[in-house]
Amino acid sequence: MNFQTTIGLEVHVELKTNSKIFSPSPVEFGDTPNANTNVIDWGYPGVLPTTNKGVVHDGIMAGLALHAQIEPNPHFDRKNYFYPDNPKAYQITQSETPIAHDGWVEIEVDGQKKKIGIAEMHIEEDAGKNTHESEHSFVDLNRQGTPLIEIVSKPDIASADEAYAYLEQLRQIVQFTGISDVKMEEGSMRVDTNISIRPVGQKEFGTKVEMKNINSFNYVRKSLEYEEQRQQRVIMSGGVIQQETRRFDETTGKTVLMRVKEGSDDYRYFPEPDLPVLTISQDWIDQINQELPEPPAKRREHYVNELGITDYDAMVITQTKEMSDFYDQMIKAGADAKLAANYLQGDVNAYMNDNQVELQDTKITPEHLAMMIKLISDGTISSKMAKKVFKAITKGDDPKAFVEEKGMVQLSDPAKLQPIVDDVVSANPQSVEDFHNGKDRAIGFLVGQIMKQTHGKANPQVVNKMLKESMSK
Amino acid sequence: MNYFNESLTSVHSKLVNGDFSAKELTQQTLANIKSVDGDINAFLTVAEKDAVADADQIDQKGIDKDNPLSGIPVAIKDNMLTKGLKTTAASKILENFTPMFDATAVEKLKQLGTVTLGKTNMDEFAMGGSTENSAFKITHNPWDTTKVPGGSSGGSAAAVASGEVLAALGSDTGGSIRQPASFNGVVGMKPTYGRVSRWGLIAFGSSLDQIGPITRNVEDNATLLNAIAGHDKHDLTSSIKEVPDFTSALNKGVKGMRIGIPTEFMSQGLDDDVKQTVLDTAEQFKKLGATVEEVSLPHTKYGVAAYYIISSSEASSNLQRFDGIRYGRRAADVKNLEDLYVKSRSEGFGDEVKRRIMLGTFSLSAGFYDAYFKKAAQVRTLMNNDFAKVFKDFDLILAPTAPTPAYGIGEDVSDPMTMYMNDVLTLPVNLAGLPGMSIPAGFSNGLPVGVQLIGRPYDELTVYQAGNAFEQNTDFNKQTPKMGGTN
Repeated sequence: MNFQTTIGLEVHVELKTNSKIFSPSPVEFGDTPNANTNVIDWGYPGVLPTTNKGVVHDGIMAGLALHAQIEPNPHFDRKNYFYPDNPKAYQITQSETPIAHDGWVEIEVDGQKKKIGIAEMHIEEDAGKNTHESEHSFVDLNRQGTPLIEIVSKPDIASADEAYAYLEQLRQIVQFTGISDVKMEEGSMRVDTNISIRPVGQKEFGTKVEMKNINSFNYVRKSLEYEEQRQQRVIMSGGVIQQETRRFDETTGKTVLMRVKEGSDDYRYFPEPDLPVLTISQDWIDQINQELPEPPAKRREHYVNELGITDYDAMVITQTKEMSDFYDQMIKAGADAKLAANYLQGDVNAYMNDNQVELQDTKITPEHLAMMIKLISDGTISSKMAKKVFKAITKGDDPKAFVEEKGMVQLSDPAKLQPIVDDVVSANPQSVEDFHNGKDRAIGFLVGQIMKQTHGKANPQVVNKMLKESMSK
Repeated sequence: MNYFNESLTSVHSKLVNGDFSAKELTQQTLANIKSVDGDINAFLTVAEKDAVADADQIDQKGIDKDNPLSGIPVAIKDNMLTKGLKTTAASKILENFTPMFDATAVEKLKQLGTVTLGKTNMDEFAMGGSTENSAFKITHNPWDTTKVPGGSSGGSAAAVASGEVLAALGSDTGGSIRQPASFNGVVGMKPTYGRVSRWGLIAFGSSLDQIGPITRNVEDNATLLNAIAGHDKHDLTSSIKEVPDFTSALNKGVKGMRIGIPTEFMSQGLDDDVKQTVLDTAEQFKKLGATVEEVSLPHTKYGVAAYYIISSSEASSNLQRFDGIRYGRRAADVKNLEDLYVKSRSEGFGDEVKRRIMLGTFSLSAGFYDAYFKKAAQVRTLMNNDFAKVFKDFDLILAPTAPTPAYGIGEDVSDPMTMYMNDVLTLPVNLAGLPGMSIPAGFSNGLPVGVQLIGRPYDELTVYQAGNAFEQNTDFNKQTPKMGGTN
């Protein structure tokens, strides 16, 4: 029997607004527990929420970036449940009228393009955090009220690879809008998945299994792959898929049952009476549309078609808006497109990884990096020398001044090189003979000798050419 | 002393003239409470020390002659947060809760130089119409201490009626200011929803709750509403509409005013004396130059059901924060988290509150939401439309406030349905968010009977105008209860 897979993804994205969605408390992480809270976050008797307009703005922006329809009069709803990290015992969210609906994200898997539908996108508040130590439990409400958007896909995703591609595209699109850091490892992006399988040709969906809080795109892919196989095995062996919640065990690579769902949870949603219905004017939508930066897909097109770099390079550069902006500025400063792409994904990426920093938090500027690449292109420095220059750039030094100060200028003048070339040729007759006998390696040895004598400053291309000429005489 | 023959303006002018200081006035008032409240039980907490100190400070600064509230002692219903002063909402679950800040209405009064005397008794979380649902004490009607004072703002109304204080704040979700005002022969205004900030009011039914003043006469009432009305950035449901000077409605008469009496309000098991009081009031208005006609609010019969579903649904959610974890009562000897929730809430809430939590939880449940909560919301819209239609041709609605005068303590409390039906005449005003005021308009066997004046949204002015005209031509609000031989 052949099966087809249906996957739906629910993605939570934490917005980086200054204050919380319904209270003036700052959104800051890593502070003393409960430092960034006030009476509203505590669910104190008599308090009322007020809506942070910035969150609505960001919600509209995300909706537009996902090609969704914006709801002109959305309201908030209460989702009721008891838990100590949820001090009001209800979460203010949107159920009836999500701020955006019916959008899409385009993905590409194995060269095939496909649009994945977004069913809806709503804004809501995050809960606090509980920690447990032996006999005691602690509640930290710093995260309580942090603004979130939840993006719910349509069940359009047919494989684990498509899920991975969707998440990567979604992450990039949201990252480019600047409303969130969208980092799985920091919890500013969280993914819940639903997966079901059914025999090819069957109309009704199979029973879906939910997986929660998987902490990387890779694990999402692996867990879906595993789950797809597991469900097939259950059905093929005559079993039935239960509606259940599972988690992914990273060490075994398997999914493990957490709990079986008996009916659905009853959150008793109803319209939030403390907050008026929002009014989103077309003017506001138009204005936000103006603010919306060019999406990553558009930039990739530009890079590949106009600048002639590869799809892969374009993909890497559009990982983040900062990287892509940086690249654009390098091109503007006159850097070679291909070299600029190489340096960004090579040395720059390595530097960011080694030091665990974001590009915008380093001292590297696009102008400096572009200047260094120009020095390479015009032969002033060798790519070997560039290693040192790059190091200087990371400290904020001007590459041109650095090169001059260190006397790193490459020796390219044939007049100055000729005596050295002559010396080396006459001192190594064996190599000259090897060269004449067609042994290419011989020339490498001779170049090495010249580099030694010039303390690495000789321009290898020039030296190469001169050696060949000299020996052909 | 007592406040039986006093108004805000008369007391204030005595303060300005130096007949007594704010401190002396507060001390007198406290002494008065001490002698009277043993019979009435209007207060849950009396802020003896703080009140005197506050009054002293006002004296130091000097009484503001242009501000009629400067130096005036007031009582606050116990569901409004008062900084540093115990606030229980008459519930065991908040038995020892002392707030960190003042409700906006309380803060605004304080800024004008009022002295908070204490917190008044109420039905627990404002759920009830007799103040018998208080977890702490039974309040007695000053006109007959075997009768209830009404509710849920029974303590505030009784405190004013007994002459203990001149003015008090109440809250009204389905009639909780107007019905006790009627039972106690005082003036109680529920302003338009959105007129007064709800910040710091312990929520019952968030889409219905509104704070309002309870006073001895209409002028005092308008003065108090002037003080507490207005937009508050903490409450997005508070209106940004400009607040008029409500006392500008006084002394204008009702000539040419078009008043409607809803047929549906005059037929539902109405006490004969109450009915007669409304008819007499209508005659009085006619005499003063108004026209009075019967009007129809056809969806009134669905009001009680819609109100109890909506208010209980909202309450079931609002009261979830009382879980024993952060403030208020936490049960001892619990085994786990669920046990902590269940025990704290089982011990902390009274029967009526539990009944409404269950009713509301049920109404919002999956599978019942459409049949109950959603249907109730639709009924609410229809009732709104009924009022809007009437207000096209009429300036004001006149109606009874409560179906009966005050009933005996213990009489109704055993049957919640009878209790709920008592709100039939007041709750439509909350569902429609309109301003409604009860004024003293007659007596039945020595017990006061009030009538209700209902205005267009944000038109408290017309309500005050009519109430003031009626008051100037009658003497119902000048009569006082005979209590313990004080009068």
